[in-house]
Amino acid sequence: MKNSSESQANKKHFNSSDHPSGDERFKVIDRTMKRFDFEKDALLEVLHATQESFGFLSNDLLIYISSQLRVPLSQVYGVATFYHSFTFEPLGKHNCIICTGTACHVKGSATITQALSEQFEVPIGKTTEDGLFSLTTARCLGSCGLAPVAVLDGEVHGRQSPQSTISLVKDILARETEVLEQGEPG
Amino acid sequence: MTLEKLEKMAQRERERQEKFERRVFCCISTACLSAGAGRTINALQEAVDACQCKENDVEVVQTGCMGLCSRGPLVRVEDKSGEPIIYADVDIDVSQQIIAKHVPMGKLKDESVSEDVQEIREKLKKARRRKGLEQRILDTNAPFFAKQEKIVLQNVGHVDPEKLEDYLAHGGYSALGHVLQNMTPEEICDEILRSGLRGRGGAGFPTGMKWNFVRKEESSTKYVVVNGDEGDPGAYMDRTMMEDNPHQVLEGMIIAAYAVGASYGYFYIRGEYPIAVDRIRRAIRTARRNGILGKNVLGTDFNFNAAVRIGAGAFVCGEETALIHSVEGKRGMPRMRPPYPSTSGLWGKPTLINNVETMANIPPIINGGADWYSRIGTEKSKGTKVFALAGQLTNTGLIEVPMGITLREIIYDIGNDVPGDAEFKAAQTGGPSGGCIPAEHLDTPVDYENLNKLGSIMGSGGLVIIDSTTSMPEFAHFFMDFCVDESCGKCVPCRVGTVQIRTLLEKIIDGRGEPEDLNKLEALCHIVKATSLCGLGQSAPNPVLSTLRFFREEYQTLISSQEPT
Repeated sequence: MKNSSESQANKKHFNSSDHPSGDERFKVIDRTMKRFDFEKDALLEVLHATQESFGFLSNDLLIYISSQLRVPLSQVYGVATFYHSFTFEPLGKHNCIICTGTACHVKGSATITQALSEQFEVPIGKTTEDGLFSLTTARCLGSCGLAPVAVLDGEVHGRQSPQSTISLVKDILARETEVLEQGEPG
Repeated sequence: MTLEKLEKMAQRERERQEKFERRVFCCISTACLSAGAGRTINALQEAVDACQCKENDVEVVQTGCMGLCSRGPLVRVEDKSGEPIIYADVDIDVSQQIIAKHVPMGKLKDESVSEDVQEIREKLKKARRRKGLEQRILDTNAPFFAKQEKIVLQNVGHVDPEKLEDYLAHGGYSALGHVLQNMTPEEICDEILRSGLRGRGGAGFPTGMKWNFVRKEESSTKYVVVNGDEGDPGAYMDRTMMEDNPHQVLEGMIIAAYAVGASYGYFYIRGEYPIAVDRIRRAIRTARRNGILGKNVLGTDFNFNAAVRIGAGAFVCGEETALIHSVEGKRGMPRMRPPYPSTSGLWGKPTLINNVETMANIPPIINGGADWYSRIGTEKSKGTKVFALAGQLTNTGLIEVPMGITLREIIYDIGNDVPGDAEFKAAQTGGPSGGCIPAEHLDTPVDYENLNKLGSIMGSGGLVIIDSTTSMPEFAHFFMDFCVDESCGKCVPCRVGTVQIRTLLEKIIDGRGEPEDLNKLEALCHIVKATSLCGLGQSAPNPVLSTLRFFREEYQTLISSQEPT
C-alpha cells in the first residue's frame, strides 16, 4: 500500500534483514518500516509497532528507529514523549486500567483506583516490585453506559465497585502465585 | 466493479436474507462486548446449531449498537410472523431461552452427534419451560425508543459491520453511485450547504461551506481526513459509528473526496479504539477489492484511496491543525490559523477535515435530499444529533434525537430519570470544553446556539448527567485536571493558565479559599479563554465558568465555611 501520493524523494532502503542482537522482536519494527517505505511520516506507526512488540519504548529503541528512518533522534524522542500511549517503563505481567472518563468519574472510579492502590501497595501508574501487577488509568474507554469500567488484562468489566475490582485482581494474582487454592470466580 | 454489479450484489444479499424465517441479531459493540456479548453470541450460535432445524429457518447475525447500552448484551429477534422483539441483559441462560422460544427444534438427523450438542438440546428443552423471559423484553414503544429519530444510526444495529453485502442490501453506496453518475462536485457541495448540515465535531461550522473552500482551491493534490480522535471523556458516538457501520462513514468520505477533488484520504482514529481501527481497516480492504476504492471508483474516472492512522492518546489532536501534524508523524501541536487546512493542510496541501458523524450524515442527505434533511431540527441547526447518554440515569446508552429536542425530554423521557433517591443536578455537555446545565434550563431546545448561550457547547455529543452527590467545584477540578494533563504546552496561557486555575480550585476545595479568590478565578478563566492558541485552551475554562455561573453558592459555601472566627 502506498503511503501517500506525495512520496518523499529520499527513499533509501537499509539492510533490515536481522537485527545484530538476534532479537526477534525487531522484525515487527522492520516490517512496519518496510510497509511504509521508510517514510519519515510513518514515525508514529513505527512507534506503535515498537511498543506493541517490546511492551515499552527505550532509548536504544529510539536510537534504532531514528537511524533507520533517518529522523533526528531529538524528533523521535519528542514525538515518543508527547503522546500518552507510549510508555518508557515495562508494564507488569497483569495490568488493570481504571477508566477515569467523566461518566466513570461521577460514578466513583477514583475510589476504585485508590482502593486498588492501597490494597496491592502500588502507586497509580506504576508496577508492583515483583513485576506482576500494574495499575494504570485511562482517560475514557468509551464504555460510558457501563460506568465505572475497569479493564483487566484486556477484558472489560463494567459496573465495578472497589470490592469487585479488588476481588477480580486478587483472583488473577492468586492463580499467578498459586498460593491460594481458590476455585474459579463466578 | 460497476454500479450495476454492486446492485446485483445487494439484490443477492437481500434475497438471501429474505429466505430466513427469522434472524437473531446480537450486538457486538464495545459496550455490549464488555457486558459479555461475546459469550452470548456464541451461545446463540451453539443453540441454533444444536436445534438442527430446517435450512433457512434461522440465522444468527452480529450487529451494532441498539442503543440501550446499560441493559446489554442486547439481542433482537426478527421473525417473519411478528414484530421485532428486543431482549435485554442476555446471558448464556437467557440466550438459550430465546432460541428455545423462537426456533422450533428439528429432529436429530444423525444420532451420533457429539455429547455437547445433546447436552445443549437438553438445556433448550428445559429452557422452554423456564419462565421469566418476558421480563427481558424491552418495550420498543417506550420513550427511550419512540422519542428518537434515527438518520445517522438508521442502519446501526441492523447491518453486520464486517459485511459489505449487508450494507449494500440496506441501500449502501447508492448515494455514492448517484453522485458519481448524476452530480457535479459543485452540485454536491450546494446540496450539502442547502441541507444545513453543520460540523458534528463540536464547533458547528457549516459543512457545505467547508467543502466549497477546499473545492475552490487549485491544487493537483488534495486530502480528506476523517477525524475519529474522539477524545472527550464521556463520548463514544464516533467510536460506535466506526465500529458498527464503518461503510457508511467510508461512503461519506468518498463522496466528500469526489466533491472537493481529493484523491487520498486518512482516517485518524484514537488508539484506544482497537475495534474501530480494525473494522475501518476491514471496510477499506473490502471496498478496495470491490472497486469502491482505488483507481476508477465504480467504473468512473474518479480515483480515490484511503488509509488509517492511529492516534496515540493526545486530546489536543482533535484540533484540526494538531491532527494534521499527528498524521504527518510529528508532535500533535496546533498552529496558528489562518492558513486554514482548507488552504494549507496535510503536507501543505488543501485538506478537508470532517468529524466521523458529519461524514456519516452525508449518504442519508444525498439519498433523502437537502429539502428533506433541512426540515428536521431548528432554524439554524438542522438534522439530528447523536448523544452518548451517561452518568446518573436509569437508561444510559447511545441515542439519536432531532435538534431542538429539550434536555428535559432527553433526561426524563429517554433517560428515564435519575435512579434512586438522588436528585438531578446538572447535565454536562461538551466534555472538558463544555459546561454544566442546571435544572432551571432543562426546557431549552438543544442546538448549537442555545447551548452556547448557556455557557456550554454542543461538543461532539457526550451528555453526562450528574446528581446531587457530585460537588461542582470538585467536578470543575476534574475537568481542569484533564486540561492540565492534555495541554500541549505550546502557548503560555493554556500551559500556565490551566495549572493556575487548578491550583486556585484546589485551594478552594481544600478550604483555604478567600473571598476574592472567586473573582481571581473568573478573571483568570477569561484571560485563558481569550488568549489561548487553539480550541483546547480557549474552551478549557468553560467547566469552571459554567459552574461558577450556575452553582456559585457551592464555591461560596466552601470559602465561607472555612473562614477563621
